[in-house]
Amino acid sequence: MIGALATLLLCQLAGEIAARGLGLPVPGPVIGMVLLFVALLLRRERDTPQALGRVADGLLGNLGLLFIPAGVGVILYLPLLARDWAPISLAIVLGTLASIAVTGRLAQSLLRHLGQ
Amino acid sequence: MIPGGLAEIWVYLAREPLAALTATLLVWWMALRLQQALRQHPLANPVLIAVALLAGGLLAAGIDYRAYFAGAQFVHFLLGPATVALAVPLYREWQLVRRSAAAAVLSVTFGGLFAAAIGVALALMMGAAPDVTASLAPRSVTTPVAMGIAERIGGLPSLTAAVVICSGVVGAALGPATLNLVRVMDWRARGLAMGTAAHGIGTARALTVNPTAGAFSGLAMGLNALTTALLLPLLWRLLG
Repeated sequence: MIGALATLLLCQLAGEIAARGLGLPVPGPVIGMVLLFVALLLRRERDTPQALGRVADGLLGNLGLLFIPAGVGVILYLPLLARDWAPISLAIVLGTLASIAVTGRLAQSLLRHLGQ
Repeated sequence: MIPGGLAEIWVYLAREPLAALTATLLVWWMALRLQQALRQHPLANPVLIAVALLAGGLLAAGIDYRAYFAGAQFVHFLLGPATVALAVPLYREWQLVRRSAAAAVLSVTFGGLFAAAIGVALALMMGAAPDVTASLAPRSVTTPVAMGIAERIGGLPSLTAAVVICSGVVGAALGPATLNLVRVMDWRARGLAMGTAAHGIGTARALTVNPTAGAFSGLAMGLNALTTALLLPLLWRLLG
């Protein structure tokens, strides 16, 4: 378990260094995800290492929990949100749901036509 | 009980991360139980419930958000390693992902730009100020990237952070019902849509529903961060 956690942190650290050092527009953890993915692909065995799989499932099984501290931060911006509440709430609700519908439809038809 | 003792307890609770951490975990546990009790009703999204309960609690008790975050940041910190861990479901579904790669890249790129465009269009229609409109454009991207984009196109990064989180919660809560409505049943397409429009919070939801949807949602979140960060500031300059 410690090895798996250290692997995740190491990938994140390498990602943060790469993002800052190379001035990449993507956050460090996303680059870390790519690094871990490439590392998994380059191994000889096909199965995910057991400890890494367990730690990843544990973290991702409660991914929603990890957004709560930042989510509660919305209370800091209540005055800002209240000032322009109509365009903001419309963009959030209608904009997000329309984007989900359009992306989903597009992906479904592309998946069908660009081969399985 | 001596009054000095009470004050001492209060000082201890305010200074140590224990109270904030306990509250965060307890509220999350309650939100999960409530979701079960409401039979997974779409609006009973645990992130939505937990954030609403904690935000209401902090406002009612007059506790400063920064004091809460000083303790809760240990939970927040795990977001980084958890994002890295999204490589694991992606790897498990790699055979499926590889065959769908072209469709995934195309739909995420277009979907991400559509998300920005409709946000801007709705804001302009409602007569929003230019800085508010610019803050709404990177709405669908994961928070740190969205804040960076907002800064470059003349938005307010802090407003963007709030809007990004609200969009994620809305997408996670109502996205699956929307996808049912427009008859998107392919788990890969459902995942791509959730990750593109509702970033990590949508991915959290997708992962609890179906492993394929979760893997594609994580992929879409990463891809959308990349494509929107590259294309949106460019398009903004061309069209602005």
